[in-house]
Amino acid sequence: MTTHISPQMASSGTQHGKFEPYVNNGGTTLAIPGKDFVIAAGDTRLSTGYSIHTRQSSKVFQLTDKCVIVTAGMQSDASTLHKTMHARLVHYEHAHGKQMSTEAIGQMLSNMLYGRRFFPYYTFNLVAGIDSKGQGVVYGYDAIGSYQSVEVGAMGTGQSLIQPLLDNQVAYKNHQLVPSKELDLERALSLVKDSFTSAGERDIYTGDSVEIAIITQEGIKYETLQLKQD
Amino acid sequence: MSILEYNGGAVVAMLGKNCVAVASDLRYGIKNTTVGCQMRKAYPIHQKCLLGMAGLATDVQTFLEKMKFRVNMYKLREDRDIKPSSFGNMVSSALYENRFGPMFLEPVIAGLEGDDNTPFISSTDLIGAQCFTDNFVVVGTASEALYGMCESLWKPEMEPEDLFEVISQCLMASVDRDCNSGWGGIVYILTPDKLITKELKGRQD
Amino acid sequence: MSNLNEENYEEERGGFVFDNVTRNMFMETKGYQAPIAMKTGTTIAGVIFKGGVVLGADTRATNGPIVADKNCSKIHFIAPNVYCCGAGTAADTENSTALISSKLALHRYSTGRQTRVVTAMTLLKRMLFKYQGHVSAALVLGGVDLDGSHLYTIYPHGSTDKLPFVTMGSGSLAAMAIFEERFKDDMSEEEAKSLVHAGISAGIFNDLGSGSNVDLCVIRKDSVEYLRGYDQPNERNYRTSYVIPRGTTATLSSTEEVLSKQLIINELDDRMEVAP
Repeated sequence: MTTHISPQMASSGTQHGKFEPYVNNGGTTLAIPGKDFVIAAGDTRLSTGYSIHTRQSSKVFQLTDKCVIVTAGMQSDASTLHKTMHARLVHYEHAHGKQMSTEAIGQMLSNMLYGRRFFPYYTFNLVAGIDSKGQGVVYGYDAIGSYQSVEVGAMGTGQSLIQPLLDNQVAYKNHQLVPSKELDLERALSLVKDSFTSAGERDIYTGDSVEIAIITQEGIKYETLQLKQD
Repeated sequence: MSILEYNGGAVVAMLGKNCVAVASDLRYGIKNTTVGCQMRKAYPIHQKCLLGMAGLATDVQTFLEKMKFRVNMYKLREDRDIKPSSFGNMVSSALYENRFGPMFLEPVIAGLEGDDNTPFISSTDLIGAQCFTDNFVVVGTASEALYGMCESLWKPEMEPEDLFEVISQCLMASVDRDCNSGWGGIVYILTPDKLITKELKGRQD
Repeated sequence: MSNLNEENYEEERGGFVFDNVTRNMFMETKGYQAPIAMKTGTTIAGVIFKGGVVLGADTRATNGPIVADKNCSKIHFIAPNVYCCGAGTAADTENSTALISSKLALHRYSTGRQTRVVTAMTLLKRMLFKYQGHVSAALVLGGVDLDGSHLYTIYPHGSTDKLPFVTMGSGSLAAMAIFEERFKDDMSEEEAKSLVHAGISAGIFNDLGSGSNVDLCVIRKDSVEYLRGYDQPNERNYRTSYVIPRGTTATLSSTEEVLSKQLIINELDDRMEVAP
């Protein structure tokens, strides 16, 4: 028998639900960097348990003219994180008269996430952009800000389905005969679309549609592909 | 941790054009410690039928002996080999017997059936709920990764040589993202006139 | 029990085996929780119309958040004039319907009469009640017999309902929303089919535990129509073709066993004939 009285149980004999601040809203995100482009994508289903809340909730957020963030995990934390980042970036632009570089955004997000080390945002982020050398770059994060530049990145409920496919078809792991051709935009795009359709077949939280951001020096273009609605 | 993940392991079966294939990893572990890397998880039941199993190794081995016994009894009584689909029912009912004290294993069954060698694959969960498909079945600790791989790489009407490449790449890519399976692999390809066994070169970490 | 001797003990016994129960409970105390079995998240439903019963089901089976079977069959045969939709643990629905179906076949041999729906319902509920909810099968039972059309729901603990329109499974609320809105007494067969189709579709699209295709089964006074894959609204619409050239995978060894030629004896179709 403990003598400690939890704040919820303190006064009356009524029982209260435990404080559960986290919920997984499902969904999958993906980003692939190329030589002079980068693709970032996320499905648009928002759900908890067995229910779909909406079929058109975007996981992609544009940060600058050549950088986006895609976030899986909990929608409310993602949205707050995106807004806070946006505020920081606007402030930076006003202070410095230029947009923040993709590398700096990468470090800034790490700092922001680690700043909440003991009550983290329940988010799994990929930052995709063109770096200062003009090359595509993707940074992958854990929930508390550990990050690295990755060859391919997948996050969310479909991560375990998609990641091995990208290892196999982008990094050509376990291939004796490696095609010499480097990854072009067209193939990367078709890989992204196929990854999401495959994940949508087997992961109940991935579906409805996938929003794809294609980032090049010229700017950011968006594409949408319908996925299964069931 | 689930008891199904105690020893680790991954098995996949695929359908090709007049052929079937079963592939498994070779790891034998106890939780995060790898103990051996020679453990095949697919077993020929007779010339035209393979049984793959992933799960708790003690149950896998006990169950395999039990199935061998039942298949032998079937052959003595019927004077013929059991059809893969009938074998699937045999496995299913043996698992459902233990509904309230399950064997912690998930089997896949693959084989060629009848005089026209119709390919057959199926899998069940640990209490014998059967799942029949006309493409692929996966079980084990890397099952999610295998679902993703097979959904993308599998295509209909593959020749045995192409089926081998596809099932091998699916297996290797999947086990490399799973801590509890890997350490090389083994692939069985069953065609109407031969059983080909190939050992795969894979990462040893 | 004459057949419980050593020799055929392994072969002849029936029923559940509890050999592993103590071991499994011990392992649970050591922190290894029992794994989950395949569930059929499921939307199942049934409607009575003027000339019979329409049963419907989706075709998704899940294992946690992963789809284990995209096209499983959830409408089970009970008797030539009785069918049953199953939700819950896949193995339980499969085996409890199969068990009762076989008991009813023997009963028909014994009596020479058509099976009544109420008999099937009673056998199922008695079995489920006996197991106190541990056999987790939630069923929609429908059929036509000499007393007319009947539609029952049977819950895992053995309680039953007899209603003109029913739904069950995780998608039951989505399907019931449609039924409550559109159900009428004495509908035509086409109206009933379209209503069940709409109900199951609501489950497929709005419940994550349900998905893929719509199966229907129409049971009339003198005939049955099993419409497997009545609607397939969730076909894959995009696919990249991957080419993996032969020789891509590194191998350590390769052996070939040439199979001996065998004489294959065709099995006779020796299924028992059962009274209609």
